[in-house]
Amino acid sequence: MSPILEVRDLRVEFPTRRGTLVALDGVSFSIAPGEVLGVVGESGAGKSMTGAAIIGLLEPPGRIAGGQILLQGKRIDNLRYDQMRRIRGREIGAIFQDPLTTLNPLYTVGDQLIETMLTHLPISPAVAKRRAVEWLEMVGIPAAAQRVQSYPHEFSGGMRQRVVIALALCAEPKLIVADEPTTALDVSIQAQVIALLKRLAREKGTAMMLVTHDMGVIAETADRVAVMYAGRIAEIGPVREVVKNPQHPYTAGLMASIPPLDRRVERLAQIDGAMPRLSAIPQGCAYNPRCPRVFSRCAVERPELLDAGTTLAACWLHAKAMTDA
Amino acid sequence: MFAFIISRILQSVPVLLVVALISFAMFAYVGDPVSIMLGQDFTEAQRTALVADLGLDQPFFIQFAKFVGNAVQGEFGLSYRLSRPVAELIAERAPATLELACCAAGVALLVGVPMGVYTGLYPRSLLSRAFLTFSLIGVSLPTFLIGILLILVFAVWLGWLPSFGRGDTVMFGWWSTGFATMSGIKALILPAITLGLFQLTLIMRLVRSEMMEVLRADYIKFARARGLSNRAINFGHALKNTMVPVITVVGLQLGAIIAFAIVTETVFQWPGMGLLFIQSVGSADIPVMAAYLLLIACLFVTINLIVDLLYYAVDPRLRVSRGRGH
Repeated sequence: MSPILEVRDLRVEFPTRRGTLVALDGVSFSIAPGEVLGVVGESGAGKSMTGAAIIGLLEPPGRIAGGQILLQGKRIDNLRYDQMRRIRGREIGAIFQDPLTTLNPLYTVGDQLIETMLTHLPISPAVAKRRAVEWLEMVGIPAAAQRVQSYPHEFSGGMRQRVVIALALCAEPKLIVADEPTTALDVSIQAQVIALLKRLAREKGTAMMLVTHDMGVIAETADRVAVMYAGRIAEIGPVREVVKNPQHPYTAGLMASIPPLDRRVERLAQIDGAMPRLSAIPQGCAYNPRCPRVFSRCAVERPELLDAGTTLAACWLHAKAMTDA
Repeated sequence: MFAFIISRILQSVPVLLVVALISFAMFAYVGDPVSIMLGQDFTEAQRTALVADLGLDQPFFIQFAKFVGNAVQGEFGLSYRLSRPVAELIAERAPATLELACCAAGVALLVGVPMGVYTGLYPRSLLSRAFLTFSLIGVSLPTFLIGILLILVFAVWLGWLPSFGRGDTVMFGWWSTGFATMSGIKALILPAITLGLFQLTLIMRLVRSEMMEVLRADYIKFARARGLSNRAINFGHALKNTMVPVITVVGLQLGAIIAFAIVTETVFQWPGMGLLFIQSVGSADIPVMAAYLLLIACLFVTINLIVDLLYYAVDPRLRVSRGRGH
């Protein structure tokens, strides 16, 4: 099946007074119809930036400096603002992190739903009004027929995120870019919202790019996962393999730092040091100064994604494995 | 809603009483009305008679209660200078000031808001920079200077517009309007611009900064992510959110426009309340000054009430939802 979304060698730059910062470099991945791709990484690894680039809403002065983004085989990274606007909401829905600030406080949730549908779908206001209620029901808001006239401040955080999900899905996009959709919510609410998002995506056949730093959410929700580090993909593969059998030392370190539930550990493993700033990304593999398995080639040459058996990992260890074999 | 209005009106009573006290105090402390009314030659008997006649021999709070009682009925006594009822004088002058103030506020809003929106949306454009430079002039030049400059250019050099007065007015009942005649409208232009210019630049700068702030908000980003048109985002979502602070300032400024029309009215010899007030100050015409002070206080209180009600209409978060759960 041809992918819904294909990102090829994406490069995002931020021109600043002190030179150009490369926020994303050589990012490539694809998402199949109905598939959930998890994107994890530390803060500043470029997860959200990738999402913003796909929906065409990079904060200026950030800009796509190279590569391609294809939606159903058609390039969307070079569209004019107004052409891209028609794709946003209609083809690609977006969910943001903080539901307390993503809804306009001065409009009822019904008005915001109706406005979105009327912008994208050839339906009458009366139909849109009816569908707004249906959508609120679908995302599990009780007494939807009355609540459609409520303002955002009359909902709790979890309920607001449900409204945001309804808004992202109401024009029936084929792809959802969910940027940390549960980070701002209570832990008890997180599971509900993720379950809802997963169920709706499956019912509607919507593909999803789920950006988060919560490995638990990824393990539960995603089909495949991409691990990002310093603006690049370190490893990408089926979620089970990446979690159980990571091939990139960074992924391995990341997984070791998550407390296991099935046994007691005295001390969690940690990765020494911090992710480099964009202005000081080391030569070669960006992870090499922190990598426990670093060797001479790592500091010189940057590894592309290499076949590491079950996953793809950007690590020279796997190049060696291939030549040895 | 109704309870809210009632409570706001009750809250304003103490404010008005304090202002009334101040205006009343003027009678006692700004000059001696008795000696003003008696003139140069008088006997002690005449003096005592007048004091008794005016009720000035009564205790302070009785005098004050009488003053407030009369003021509520619109009775402020006779003007010292013109020997006519103060209420009549003010009613005669009020239309001129109100028409001027409304035009000034209208100019300030109709020009200031769009300019603010434009400079907020396109902060880097050349036109925005021009607007900002212009606004700096509006904010920093004193009103009288702007008035005099406008007179110099449009009345003296170009001769397009009159430099003083209201032109021909037409009476509608007790209301004299300048809108009915060409000369009345022409006479209104320069004073209205003079009076409104400061407010215009203030509104423009306020709308601009609010707009820039709101455009950075998450809900605007989300509105873009929903693919709404620029028009819907800028004018539906952004502008509406900038309106709450703008309403406050515009409300207060409208009060200020009416209260401080004094300078503009003086420059243009505009026969309004401000000119009446300044002339009264010149001749220590205390009844007129007291009445003017109270009137302006009433006006501010009323405008504040209207502003509060507008908030209520614009921002749903202020409508306290009783009984509606979360």
